Amino acid sequence: MTADRAQGGWIIALSLLAAFLLAGIPLPGPLDHFRPDWVAMTLIYWCMALPYRIGIGMGWLVGLLLDVARGALLGQYALALSVVAYLTLQAYRRIRVFPPWRQALTVLVLLLVEQVLVFWISGVIGYPPSDGWYLAPAVGGMVVWPLLFIVLRDLRRHFQVE
Amino acid sequence: MFILNPMATLRLGLWAALAIGMMVVDHRYHSLDGLRDLLSTAVYPLQALMQAPAAARTWFSENLVNRDALLEENARLREKQIFLNAQLQKLTTLEAENRRLRSLLESAVNTPERMLVAELLAVDFDPYRHHILLNRGRRHGVEIGQPVIDQHGVIGQIMRADLLTSTAILITDPNHALPVEINRTGIRTLARGTGNFQELDLPHIPNSEDVKVGDLLVTSGLGGRFPRGYPVGTVTKVEFDPGSPFARIIAKPLAQLDRIREVMLLENGVDGTVLAPAPVTP
Repeated sequence: MTADRAQGGWIIALSLLAAFLLAGIPLPGPLDHFRPDWVAMTLIYWCMALPYRIGIGMGWLVGLLLDVARGALLGQYALALSVVAYLTLQAYRRIRVFPPWRQALTVLVLLLVEQVLVFWISGVIGYPPSDGWYLAPAVGGMVVWPLLFIVLRDLRRHFQVE
Repeated sequence: MFILNPMATLRLGLWAALAIGMMVVDHRYHSLDGLRDLLSTAVYPLQALMQAPAAARTWFSENLVNRDALLEENARLREKQIFLNAQLQKLTTLEAENRRLRSLLESAVNTPERMLVAELLAVDFDPYRHHILLNRGRRHGVEIGQPVIDQHGVIGQIMRADLLTSTAILITDPNHALPVEINRTGIRTLARGTGNFQELDLPHIPNSEDVKVGDLLVTSGLGGRFPRGYPVGTVTKVEFDPGSPFARIIAKPLAQLDRIREVMLLENGVDGTVLAPAPVTP
């Protein structure tokens, strides 16, 4: 596993694209409060699986696109996702060997960090969250993490993304 | 716990500084609009793709109906058109009369407004910020400040016009206030957004004023951004608090802000009335 054997970049790009699309699809009724942040989770996966390839710069770039797609302040998600990528890079050796439930808990913490950063910035520019639901997407993310992990891991193995 | 990698920390510092710098510039000086324009054109295909499932559903439900249902709908629409045409005749007479009276008063003439129809791109924003993304941009003639309405009432106004898309702020956004008046009595106030799609806050109405539940709010035309007379909402709650000089009044928007699909953009800065017939340019 060295960087010069890098291949399968299109799978990474496609999975991020799919995450962007999923993020735009509302869930039925009150479940929508828990709509996971698919983009952040996909980024966490790739940082963890290919830390020498996907890192802080990638997180920043994906975050900037998310800023534009969501009409947020330019740099808001860029900052949040580069912090998430950084934390994942610092802990990937441990996260990889965690049993699924502990991995999901770690992802919960990472997603909470992201949400809090985003809503801090929103609060500073005059949009404080008006109810307590704003941390719910992180919980939704934790619940679907094991599934996402298996799907992305199988994709990575099948297409030998390295 | 963590094995800290100093290179990664340095890199994070650099990227974070860049992000923070961009946020400050974007928020304070708005000088990154060119970059946002460029990037929003780049993500436009993505947003169009997000729209695809909804578009497919609409296509199927429009194309896979049986003949009877179509005939029935056709008959119903024809009936409605006759009814609306009859009403329009009355309005044309009224409008002519209005214009004559206004010219007698030597006041400004109401020019008929041009409208642009835009569709909502099914994109999710921050749930606490009531902004919507529309599929019309500067290329289609959208300008900042254009009022946005739907068939029931006022929705908001354009706050950012990119090349192919534009962003509108809704009247329920916590940072939006709209000059309105109560149709029945003419009391002027503001309708402030609350961050809740079902609520508008009407501040600064003294306890002594005559406001009732069910009163219609219309735009007052003050401020020069929205034309006068468009319906905004109905008063749903009036609370007189003897301890405070102002009553607590809540209104509900007439437009269904949480289920917008198509909207109309009015021309900028035109003082029109609700009576002006509006040719629709799709």
